[in-house]
Amino acid sequence: MNPMTRLKALPKPVKIVLWILLAIFAYALPLLELPFITTEGVDFGGVLFVVTLYCLIALGLNVVVGYAGLLDLGYVGFYAIGAYTAAILTSFHASWPMLLSVPAAVIATTIAGVLLGAPTLRVRGDYLAIVTLGFGEIIRLTATNLEWLGERKGIVQTDQRPPSIATEENGIKEGVFEIPHLLWENGTVLVDTQNTTQFLVFGSVDQIPYYWMGLSVVLVVLLADRLIKSSRVGRAWEATREDEDAAELMGVPTFKFKLLAFATGAFIGGLAGALFASRQSLINPDSFLLLFSIMFLAAVVVGGQGNRWGVLVGAFLVAYLPERFRGFEDFRVLAFGIALVVLANFRPEGLLPPKRTVRAKQLEHELDELEEGSEGEEPARV
Amino acid sequence: MNFDFFFSNLPELTITGLAFGAIYALIALGYTMVYGVLQLINFAHSEVFMYGTFATLWVVMALNGVEADGIKLIAILIAALIASMAMSAAIALVLERVAYRRLIKRNAPRLIALISAIGASFVLAEIMGLRDKIAGWFGLDDDLDDYVSGARINNSMATVIDAPRFSIGDVSISVIDIIVILSAIVMMVALDQFVRRSRLGKGIRATAQDPETAALMGVNPTRTVQMTFLIGGLMAGVAAFLYMLKIETTKFDVGFLLGVKAFTAAVLGGIGNLRGALLGGLVLGVAENWGSALIGSEWRDVVAFVLLVAILLFRPTGLLGESLGKARV
Repeated sequence: MNPMTRLKALPKPVKIVLWILLAIFAYALPLLELPFITTEGVDFGGVLFVVTLYCLIALGLNVVVGYAGLLDLGYVGFYAIGAYTAAILTSFHASWPMLLSVPAAVIATTIAGVLLGAPTLRVRGDYLAIVTLGFGEIIRLTATNLEWLGERKGIVQTDQRPPSIATEENGIKEGVFEIPHLLWENGTVLVDTQNTTQFLVFGSVDQIPYYWMGLSVVLVVLLADRLIKSSRVGRAWEATREDEDAAELMGVPTFKFKLLAFATGAFIGGLAGALFASRQSLINPDSFLLLFSIMFLAAVVVGGQGNRWGVLVGAFLVAYLPERFRGFEDFRVLAFGIALVVLANFRPEGLLPPKRTVRAKQLEHELDELEEGSEGEEPARV
Repeated sequence: MNFDFFFSNLPELTITGLAFGAIYALIALGYTMVYGVLQLINFAHSEVFMYGTFATLWVVMALNGVEADGIKLIAILIAALIASMAMSAAIALVLERVAYRRLIKRNAPRLIALISAIGASFVLAEIMGLRDKIAGWFGLDDDLDDYVSGARINNSMATVIDAPRFSIGDVSISVIDIIVILSAIVMMVALDQFVRRSRLGKGIRATAQDPETAALMGVNPTRTVQMTFLIGGLMAGVAAFLYMLKIETTKFDVGFLLGVKAFTAAVLGGIGNLRGALLGGLVLGVAENWGSALIGSEWRDVVAFVLLVAILLFRPTGLLGESLGKARV
């Protein structure tokens, strides 16, 4: 029995305890200052915050690509709309509080998703990929060229931060309590009282509170994702992905469900963008290059599209590894490219494929064994 | 809206647009051929083009083309063209072997092939962008300094030819633009005839229509795919040469935007359709140039993408929407 199945066979209360322990570990990760894992030279809390954003984006894109099977190469467009809406509302053209601007940004992005999806989802397959790619570029170039959106230099933000739970004295914010970090010295662990994180102050130096915010949102989205996936909507998405015509014939209004998938993806993308904007003091078009759409898609496909845990792993790798290996700055993209080629060729179903894919593969393998002598034959395609 | 400028310069704008469009069209061929046969977006084709531009640049540098003129210059340019085609074709073949063959044989999902192509694209671009460091590993960076320095900035061929211009009435036309447009059209017609009439072309079309039956009829699938990549590479090499004649500057990531545009052109004309690629490229080039003259050059790329989205909405399979396989003799 492999470890995964043994884990699955555990009684439910034990599993729940394990999950809670895992969540606590995730929250405590930046405080532990674990050697080797902690990034050097870059603030670890900030890196982890970016990782949570990638996780959110990967979950959102997974709904579009993994569940509904719509290839979206312009997902960064939604991320950009979310970030820009939040930035405009908090700092640039209005001064809304962050807690109000995030829902507004999410709603704006969802509307944008529906507006884009309604006409474009009628085209199929690769045409959709190129239309969405074009859309993502149009958003970025519009932000670059319009004075109302800050042009190339972007939007400088002042009041975008999430509200802190803190008492303020002489302009210095003091949290309700302080949480010390750990210090690792020659194999012994010490509690470092000099290095603490204020609970809960969203400032510009200590990024850990942003990570906690991001992680909490990821957990909520994960739960929602689980509920949607196992509902009628999730099944309709998968049916549409597998065979659109058959699904339509069985009474699934495929267009509506595709639009819903697109809007859901836009919703989550916009949310990630708005959270991103809450930390950044500068929002400019360079954060929304086409390259990011490709990175997001790589995260989803490398992790295992269709499996929420797989895409989380993919998001973690794509966001974290380049930061961890900053020392090899010059060769990061090269290494990333090699990794993509190798993974695609030797593990095409992704690192953690969905259960259904695994079962289908096993079945295929059994069938192959039944059909004796079929080995080594040229496959049909091409 | 700058109508005065637009209408007083309409002929020039159109010709420059056609020249850009011709280059897009030649690159678009690589996308369209591979798509027609394999239904894959060959994302790394832009890098095939980029290597061609560098081959052109290096040959011109090595043969000291900047100082040459007359017959010698023409000889150097022909050498550069051949080098560019050879380089692009070689890269295309390597790409097929490393990034695609295994996946095609295993009948992998198309999205996986796209990821593999994206990875290969990064690798190819970065190898060019890090060539100074890579040469350094072999201790060659001093010997090859002219070729490897400035790996991440623009590399210019300087002015090889002072683009001669001639005038018809009030309209001044650059000879290079005319060369670019004509050679692109000649190449396209030649390729179209090749695919329609030759034995290999028939094999390619048969594989595009029905790979299984084609294989049963004795068309070697692997070789057909190789041929497809080879042709795409050769055309990208020509495009790279013409691009260097016109723009004279290249960079390790020059392929990216051009690749996106060329793919747009292929989709615009109807992907998998050779004549569509030519039409799509020319339409895109002209529309872009007109658009940037009308509303400002910073909107150039926006015009291209809006045009693409608009055409796909009203004609979801592109202007000539027809696949490679359906092109009958």
